[in-house]
Formats: sequence, structure tokens, C-alpha cells
Amino acid sequence: MVSSSVALRPLAGSLAKAIPAVLSVGLLLVAWELYATYSGIKPTILPAPSRVFQQAMLNREALIDNAIPTIGATLIGFACSLSVAFVLSMLVDFFWPLRRALFPVFIVSQTLPLVAIAPLVVLWFGFGLMPKILLVALVTFFPTLVALVQGYEATEVEIGQMLRAMGAGRWRVFMLARLPSALPYFFAGLRISITYAVVGAIFAEYAGAAKGLGIYMLNAKNNFRPDLVLAAVGVSAALTLILFGLTVFLQRLAMPWERAGRQPARKGARR
Amino acid sequence: MSRLELRHVRKAFGGLDVLADISLNVGAGEFVSILGPSGAGKSTLFQLLTGAEHGEGEMLFDGAPLDDHGRHFAFMPQRDALMPWRRILDNATLGLEVQGVKRKAARARVAPLFAEFGLAGFERHFPAQLSGGMRQRAALLRTVVQERDMLLLDEPFGALDALTRTAMQRWLEQMWREHHWTALLITHDVREAVFLSDCIYVLSARPARVLREIPVPLPRPRDPTGAAALEAEILDILLNPQPSKGNDHD
Repeated sequence: MVSSSVALRPLAGSLAKAIPAVLSVGLLLVAWELYATYSGIKPTILPAPSRVFQQAMLNREALIDNAIPTIGATLIGFACSLSVAFVLSMLVDFFWPLRRALFPVFIVSQTLPLVAIAPLVVLWFGFGLMPKILLVALVTFFPTLVALVQGYEATEVEIGQMLRAMGAGRWRVFMLARLPSALPYFFAGLRISITYAVVGAIFAEYAGAAKGLGIYMLNAKNNFRPDLVLAAVGVSAALTLILFGLTVFLQRLAMPWERAGRQPARKGARR
Repeated sequence: MSRLELRHVRKAFGGLDVLADISLNVGAGEFVSILGPSGAGKSTLFQLLTGAEHGEGEMLFDGAPLDDHGRHFAFMPQRDALMPWRRILDNATLGLEVQGVKRKAARARVAPLFAEFGLAGFERHFPAQLSGGMRQRAALLRTVVQERDMLLLDEPFGALDALTRTAMQRWLEQMWREHHWTALLITHDVREAVFLSDCIYVLSARPARVLREIPVPLPRPRDPTGAAALEAEILDILLNPQPSKGNDHD
């Protein structure tokens, strides 16, 4: 069998699965285009998608230029938040009282309105990268931490019993059983928090930045250019989608057994 | 010569008596079953043996008190407890890895056994790709390669369908004839206990005590049809429990 055909089959399958989504988005864009063209609404109020796309192409250098700091802030902030969440999740798993001490604080941190917090963080940490990293970390940290802690808890009780009967200590049980058991939960949390990450960075830039999609949107709005605001929105949406796709891809790499489990063994069973 | 000997073992959780009085012997190379109704505390007995819980009474191994639990027993839990993220080969080596054997050496020790366990060709498969019976054989393989003194099998076939269970019981009986593992099996299946064991301890409902110790003198290889009388007798003990000895605990 040619290996490429094996590789192509799932690709064709996922393309087929994407058709309904493409249709619904396409329909929405067509309706929007028709309304903007025939209702007589001014393009400075509601630009047609074709105009947004055309302006995005004309201003692509500025858009790319402003997207780069946003991507940087998102990735660095997300990486920091992941590392801290991982370390803390382990501490919480080993010292259970920590959970009661820390979780209320984190839950409160999730209730803070970004609109109020973003300008304050900029006030404290300036217009540089720091406030963006902090805000991205703030919005992504908690979902990741909760997912990890829940994932450890989801370890099959019998696997733990068996490992202890084999003579494994707590650390071995954690590494051999609790950590891999948490992977599906971790990736579920990752998918949720990655969608917040870009928004968090843009919020921080909106509150004050030298460059970035957030400040670009603010300037475009102040210049009565909703088409450019929407173009930047499109870029940020595309970024989020790419990052989301990346987590799905990473999950497949990290958890090959998940897909293997859906196809039964090919080889005949021997009795 | 008895390897494992329990004398008047008791265990209570909070105020709840789970094990009232358990005394039993398992000789070298003997297959012994503990048979009792569901919820009788049979699994608690294994928790005492593996050191997960502590009870009262004496537990002796080769005449000496049990202290370093992990050294003597290889434990096979109720469900197969295979790790879904490890291939069958790496699941089988788990016990050896925990003992500190290097992964490569562990694989080399385990690999020749796959054919005997009916798993040849499935080394690189994930557990989710295997049938229930194959998963149980993989779990048993993981248990025996630890080369402990004794196997503790906690209702190993309880989750299988009736047909697969029967096939697995026949397979296990045949494997036991070849290897003569010293084994203690927990089950609530009378037919399984009679088919596999040299000796059966029938337990009462909670708080569990030994109702009867029943040797199974049937010749091996076992003939599944020759055991009907013994099965009927044990069923009668289980369904109409009358303590045989003067146990006046409650």
C-alpha cells in the first residue's frame, strides 16, 4: 500500500467534516455583503466584507507589523502561564491543603474584569511586553491549572493500587500514572485557554502599547476606519484558529493511543 | 509446606467490621481461591496483603511476619488496569521498570512470553485495540513477569462476557499446570473456583469469616463437567450460611 494514500485519507475525511462550517461562514459573509451593498448603509458604519478584505490587503504590511508583537506577547505569556500552572498543579497534587489555600485566590483572579485590570497593569508595568505577558497569563492560567489537577484526579484507582503493590512511591505513581492520565484533560484545558490568550494580549495592547493589534484597532476606530478594525479582528481570529489547530495537532502527537483506540486491531486474534 | 499463612486476621473501617476472622494457608505451588458473596471484603484482604491497609491478626510468609509486602506478591486488580497510553509490550514491563530494571532489559525478558500468552504480534498495539480476553492475558503477563513469590488475582475475569470468561478460565488452568504458580484468587464464581483451585475458602457475607475450607481433589487437567456435585455443595454453603466452627463474634 502506498503510504501517502494512508496519510491522505484522514485529511480528506477532515476536509469533508469542515464543509458545514465553511458553508455556514460563507452564508453569513454573503448575507453581510448583500446587506452592506444594497441597504445604503455608509462604509464608515458597516463596511462590506469585500471592502474589509481589500483594505486588509492594502494595509497588509501594517497589519503584519502589528500582529508580530501580539503573537510574541501571546506565546510568551502562554508559555509562562503553562509552566507556572504545571508546577503549581504538581504541588497541589502532592500537598492537597494547598488547593484550599490557593484556589479561592485563583477563582477571584478569574472574576476580575479585563477592562478594569488592563489599564492598571499597563500603569504599573509600562508600555512594554511585561503587562501583555501578565494579562495573557492571567486569563489562561486558571483553566490550565484546573484541567491538570482534575486530570491527575481522574487516574484509574486500580492503576494506582497496582503500582503501589509493585512497590512504587508517590513520585513514581505520579510520573507513571497520574501525569499521563491528565493528558486528555490538559489538552481540553489548553484548547479553552488558547482561545483566551490572543484576546488577553489584544486587551492589554488596547490599554496602551507602542505596537500591536490592540493598539492598531484603537487607532483605526479613532480614525473612523471600521474596515481596518475588522481587518485586525480577522487577523486575530485567524491567529486564534491557527493556535487552536496547533493544540489539536500537538494532542495527536502526544496521545497516539487515542486515535489508535478508535480502530480495532488489524491482526487476527490468536487463541 | 505453607508459604502464606493468615491467622485470625481482622479488619474494621471506622466502626464497620469488614473482615471478622480469616485464617487460611496457601502452600507452595498451590492454587487457592477465596470465594464469597459480593461486598464481603475479599478485596480488603488483598489490601492487607499488599500493605495498602493494616489490620489485626497474624500474617506470615514462609513462617516470618509479613513486613516488606512488595517483595512477595504480584497483584492483578479487578479490571485489567492496563495503561491506555502504553503499548502492550510496555504495559507488560511495568512491574520490572518499577523494580528498577532498565527498559531494554525488561523488554527482552518479557518479549519471549508473548506467544505463550496468545499475544504474539500485538506487542506494539495499544490496549484499546485489544479484545477483553486479550487485555486480561496481557494483565496476567504483566503480573507474572514480576517473578514474585505469589500471585494475587482479584476477580480477574469478572468484567468479561460469559463465553470469554470460560475460555480464559480454561486457558489459566492450562497455564497453571505448566507453571505451578503459587496463587490466591478472589472470586464470587463457584464454577471458576472449583475449576481452578486446589483448595477453596468459602467466606460469609460481611463481616467476613471463613465458613468452610474445601479441598478440591479433582484430577487435572480439569474436566468442566466433573465438578457438579462439589459446585452444588458450595452453592448450598453460600446460600444457607451456617458458621461451621464456634465463631461468636457478633
